[in-house]
Amino acid sequence: MDCKQAQDLMSAHVDGELDAATALQMERHIAGCAACGAALAQQLELRGAIAQHATRHTAPAHLKHRIRTALEAERPRPRAMKPWPWAWINLAIAGASTAAFAVTLALYLGQPSNGERLEQDLVASHFRSLMPDHLADVASTDQHTVKPWFAGKLDFSPPVVDLATQDFPLVGGRLDYLNQRAVAALVYKHRKHIINLYLWPEPAARDSAPQASSHQGFQLLRWRDRGMEFSAVSDMNGQELMQFSHLLQAKLDANPPQ
Amino acid sequence: MGKYLDDDKTAQFEALAMPHIDAAYNLARWLTRDPHAADDLVQDAYLRAFRFLDSFRGGDARAWLLTIVRNTYYTALRDGQHEKGDVSFEEDEHGAADVDGSDSRSGGDPARIAAGRDLDRSVNQALDQLPRAFREVLVMKEMDDLSYKQIAQVVDIPIGTVMSRLARARKLLLSLLTRDQAGERDGL
Repeated sequence: MDCKQAQDLMSAHVDGELDAATALQMERHIAGCAACGAALAQQLELRGAIAQHATRHTAPAHLKHRIRTALEAERPRPRAMKPWPWAWINLAIAGASTAAFAVTLALYLGQPSNGERLEQDLVASHFRSLMPDHLADVASTDQHTVKPWFAGKLDFSPPVVDLATQDFPLVGGRLDYLNQRAVAALVYKHRKHIINLYLWPEPAARDSAPQASSHQGFQLLRWRDRGMEFSAVSDMNGQELMQFSHLLQAKLDANPPQ
Repeated sequence: MGKYLDDDKTAQFEALAMPHIDAAYNLARWLTRDPHAADDLVQDAYLRAFRFLDSFRGGDARAWLLTIVRNTYYTALRDGQHEKGDVSFEEDEHGAADVDGSDSRSGGDPARIAAGRDLDRSVNQALDQLPRAFREVLVMKEMDDLSYKQIAQVVDIPIGTVMSRLARARKLLLSLLTRDQAGERDGL
């Protein structure tokens, strides 16, 4: 070890921070080197001067008191700054999502299906037809007047039969718009009751037996026959309406349309 | 229940931190060179330590507290506080404070009292004049007898840097002291 190395390590040597081997080398070098011996003495003297003369400040008594007071003031804060109750927040979010889903589902289920909407339209149309001067565009009890009237107004020829002998006289005919198409509306009368019979072709659909339903106090009867959709609406009771459909169907079967 | 936990935490903190308040204050005082600033610094640091008590993973409580004192000081320094600690007249304060200390140390001999007072003032002044980075490691080594490893932890530098920084600090302090003594001799 030379003097340069020894002097560089002197500070650490005085602090006792050198490893044993290096410390031994230092001691050997210093023992044989006056300059480094003097440097060591100087370092020790400096340590002594600091230890003896530098002020070691001690905390004033009021400081501890101040800190304790500040800690007291600090104490409510961890409670005030409580961590967010994530469990409850998650639960609330889950609840809100479920509720939102339920509302969506309810709205979706509440949506009237196509069939339901059509039935509502049928009832609305029937109701409208009962208003003054809305019932018939062609007022005639003669099926041979009513049927030709539709020619050129519709892209199909509705079967028109008169049931006057069965107490369901034909009153007239009318154009209407339902199910996104122009349809034929035939108006029959049974005592004081008006029956609207809506007709439009459904070529792809199979024949089906009459299905009854009721909306807002009106009776509906719907069936399919030979590619034609029949929808009868009336304020008559369901049985009479069913009777009407049977009579009509029987007449149509007897005189099938060309 | 919360109150018991708080009481618990306060008691735990008291036991952990209060025994080292002198070391904390001494470092604060040598960093700020101002008694009021040192008061504020230690208080800030202790409150911070209390808040971060959970982050103390056992081990050297004194080094942990000194680290917080030091970090609090440098944070405040960066934010522009404690600048007033560098005013020059505070050295009188050291001088005044030192009189009491040296009286008790050096018996009743007026000459020794005077000599001791001079030396106290010289050493304190020389330490004050050291750049902060040297001053803090020297204070921790000489006054708190922290190991290089502990100083490295507090200052967050490698042990080798602690070693070289201390060596340079001592060299600088020596030159300040010899210049001071030489100046006084010239003055007389």
